Amino acid sequence: MAGFIFRRILWAIPTLIVVSFISFVIIQLPPGDYVTAYAAQLRHSGDYISLEQEALLRAQMGLNDPMIVQYWRWITNIVLYGNFGHSLEWNAPVSSLIWDRLGLTLAISTLSMLFTWAIAIPVGVYAATRQYSVLDYVFTIFGFLGKGVPDFLLALILMWMAFAWLNMDVGGLLSPRYQNAPWTIDKVINLLSHLWIPVVVLATGGAAGLLRVMRANMLDELGKPYVETAYAQGLSERQVVWGYPVRVALNPFISTVGWALPALFSGDVITAVVLNLPTTGPLLLQALKMQDMYLAGSFILILSVFTVIGTLISDILLAWSDPRIRYS
Amino acid sequence: MAVDPIGIPVKSSREEELYTAKPWTLIWWRFRQHKLAVASLIFLVLTCLSALFADFISPYTPGSIDRLNTFAPPRAIRVIHDGQLRMPFIYALARTRDADTARVTYEEDTSRPIAVHLLVRGERYRLLGLFETDLHLFGVDDPRQRINLLGTDALGRDMFTRLLYGGRITLSAGLIGVAFSFILGLALGAISGYYGGWLDVGIQRLMEFIRSVPTIPLWMGLAAALPIVWDPLFVYVLITIILSLIGWTHLARVVRGRFFSLKTEDYVLAARLSGASEYRIVTKHMLPAMTSYIIAAMTLAVPEMILGETALSFLGLGLRPPVVSWGVLLQDAQNLRSISLAPWLLSPGVAVVLVVLAFNFLGDGLRDAADPYGR
Amino acid sequence: MKTTTIQPMPPERLLELDNVHVHFTMREGLVKAVNGVSYHVNRGEVLGIVGESGSGKSVTARSIMKLLARNAIEAEGRIRFRPKPESEIDISALSRQSREMRALRGGSIGMIFQEPMTALSPVHSIGTQIMRTVMLHRGVGKQAARQRAIELLERVQLPKPAEMVDRYPHQLSGGMRQRAMIALALSCDPSLLIADEPTTALDVTTEAQILELLKSLQEEMGMAIIFITHNFGVVADIADRVAVMYLGRVVETGSVDDIFYRPGHPYTRALLQSIPKLGQAPMRRLRTIPGMVPDPFNIPEGCVFNPRCAHAVLGTCNVEAPSVVSFPGEQSVRCHFAGQLPEEVQ
Repeated sequence: MAGFIFRRILWAIPTLIVVSFISFVIIQLPPGDYVTAYAAQLRHSGDYISLEQEALLRAQMGLNDPMIVQYWRWITNIVLYGNFGHSLEWNAPVSSLIWDRLGLTLAISTLSMLFTWAIAIPVGVYAATRQYSVLDYVFTIFGFLGKGVPDFLLALILMWMAFAWLNMDVGGLLSPRYQNAPWTIDKVINLLSHLWIPVVVLATGGAAGLLRVMRANMLDELGKPYVETAYAQGLSERQVVWGYPVRVALNPFISTVGWALPALFSGDVITAVVLNLPTTGPLLLQALKMQDMYLAGSFILILSVFTVIGTLISDILLAWSDPRIRYS
Repeated sequence: MAVDPIGIPVKSSREEELYTAKPWTLIWWRFRQHKLAVASLIFLVLTCLSALFADFISPYTPGSIDRLNTFAPPRAIRVIHDGQLRMPFIYALARTRDADTARVTYEEDTSRPIAVHLLVRGERYRLLGLFETDLHLFGVDDPRQRINLLGTDALGRDMFTRLLYGGRITLSAGLIGVAFSFILGLALGAISGYYGGWLDVGIQRLMEFIRSVPTIPLWMGLAAALPIVWDPLFVYVLITIILSLIGWTHLARVVRGRFFSLKTEDYVLAARLSGASEYRIVTKHMLPAMTSYIIAAMTLAVPEMILGETALSFLGLGLRPPVVSWGVLLQDAQNLRSISLAPWLLSPGVAVVLVVLAFNFLGDGLRDAADPYGR
Repeated sequence: MKTTTIQPMPPERLLELDNVHVHFTMREGLVKAVNGVSYHVNRGEVLGIVGESGSGKSVTARSIMKLLARNAIEAEGRIRFRPKPESEIDISALSRQSREMRALRGGSIGMIFQEPMTALSPVHSIGTQIMRTVMLHRGVGKQAARQRAIELLERVQLPKPAEMVDRYPHQLSGGMRQRAMIALALSCDPSLLIADEPTTALDVTTEAQILELLKSLQEEMGMAIIFITHNFGVVADIADRVAVMYLGRVVETGSVDDIFYRPGHPYTRALLQSIPKLGQAPMRRLRTIPGMVPDPFNIPEGCVFNPRCAHAVLGTCNVEAPSVVSFPGEQSVRCHFAGQLPEEVQ
């Protein structure tokens, strides 16, 4: 087991390097560089720097060096000093802008993932054990709809319904009056009353897909001889279903935890923009629109690193739950 | 089973047919049993046709503004007036402004029916970019009234017209994106599956890597790098390429998997033993055996592309006005106020959902029919 | 054997099936898989059940365990089981998921399946699977159950049982898995073991070892075995009595010697003739049974074997279903011409 984990971690390292390199390429992609943008910003506020000054700045910051050298400088700064560069738009170090937003994104994503599983697993098991029942059809329709409705549309509709029928103001994470208030029970309740929409939106999309996977896996597993063996031991239906086929059917599930993460981050970006949440999404979008590339690149880098780590964790979980992988 | 005079059972003609049918006939027979997939196919064909002939079918052009008709609600085509059946008509719309709130409200004037005509003259356009004409499929004669089946937006542009034109861009972006990713996926998947070895490991790693990157942020990053000043049409092509750069992995996985399983088939070995060249084995023996799978996988990839385009454009990073796509149209429906004021602005969203669902059903049906000899 | 009044079971009886019918509802129609099967098992005896695939032998066995698929209908018949001399249980009156039935399964009746590769859960260790059963029926703690599991693995002659208990099925060979499967089935000292083609998926050497093991375990623990197989050779090796099944009916029962040396039913004879024998005149082609097993939707009128029977008489065999003819020494044959058929030419 230890050897397996070690091998997997070794494998993750080249992936991380490629991820960081691509993030850097994205930072470099737009025409012009940091100094051009800086000069433009100065011009905007009435200041002016000459072309010579620009060239001097470039030389100082090493922007004329080959890309690989610049990449090395950027990544060592991040890894060794936690310095992600400077955001022009906000005139602040990137690292000071991202961490609390990332925390919130991670919190919402984790919550949605748990919620997704809490829906998808029991419903998938139920649909498989009661195949062709009325509820099975209902869940199938739900699955298809969840797959077909884009996240942002679902967010819009839920927001609209909450607004029109429940008379709730659901944008953002906190009502304005709690924004700067100290943490009290009321504030937590207020937070929860806002949090449910993004969680439901993100979980619905995910659950719809996973539900179908779970149902198909379960149907495969229920037909296998070991299930009959389990029945022949005198176990009750619930003991058999949850003790044996569910355990096996969960394996492909666990192996996709890592892929659920990028999907959640992706979904989070759009949902957060629609719902105006203070997560990474809106900031990333704004950074991209303003071509504030150090900020945007850092976000992409960190989200991708989270994903790589998520995949790593899911591989380890899978090995822990499936002896066939552990010993191969 | 019929029995002939001597007593040897003969296979009925239906069974005979089943025995000698070509694979594609078998696939078609199996596909036909999926009612939902067939309905989806018909729906998609109709949608594509109406998108293709959008300029003829729609009564107006997507850019034509009407300042006196902003946020007009959808109008129903009716056939009963004063309890009597008559030719299709719409009621005239009277526009009033609330004195206190300054909000525009519309009311149907049920005393003034306006007949809906087929093939009316309207704004000029070039049909399929070839013939110049001003003939539209339907419309009303009254110069002061408009027929807005799905209402109008903030500038009084007809949503139905814009929806059809948007379908052109969105659907074609999906199809072209899939075509690009098909080329990438087929090439890389085939190389990886056929040669195996370190090439396979490398390509597998690449695919795993692409899958492990959050798509939307990456799409956003790439799309945002496109300069705003570029021609919208060029941006459109680049966006489809960006979509397909990430979307090809799934296709490649299907192709690779099929190649792996086909490689060990006896008939491939037989072809190799009889001295067929590698190229011939791949193109003449292996590819035909996986065509149906590839078609099914491609069909299932289209909705991903459509959702990707819609999401990017919705965020303002993909296509930009004046190009009309469903994502661009949905930009107008981004905030609560406009949705509660004019819910019909969400109609492009409904179109997206329907098309995505139809592609999913069609793909599922095709996948089930893809292997006519299984079961 | 067709009885309408319920007769008490003789004291040596462990299990008695009387006129059992099992049907399956399918989209294509009703499949009558088992049509009036009656057989019995005495305490400590080995009953071999022989038949081609589709003869309903596995379905009958599963109806004893009440483990039939959901679309199965137990149309008729009575299954009685007496695990202890004083307690007689009417299995056919119990529902599939009832507490009594679950107590029987794994407790008084153990079952071994055909596919040792897939009949054990791939994600649980052998020990865990045995321990669950032991803990369920014996109500003992984890430690005691583990001790019991090791003891059982030793009894089925697995090497290093203390290590085996933590192994997973995919780490074992086919024969070892089947041993583990037997340990699982015997974990609560059942009075009846149902073995559904336990050696079919194994190679000949392993098959012989497993049969040897089953025989020695049977002698040691004294349980009765219903041994289902399509292989007459295996039956001859292990069984005391034999029931031959064809198309959902028992066509002949008798002791092993009777069946092998004095087969009464044309089907039994045909089956025996299709086995290659040592010392036979060389260059003779092996005899086969003409025709195919009819499909379950078109079961022949009259005697179900008549279209393939070498002795069938038109007007009798294809019109009237034969009744059971009993012979001295427990042999009984379901044939119109039982006892009147010409002696076999060997």
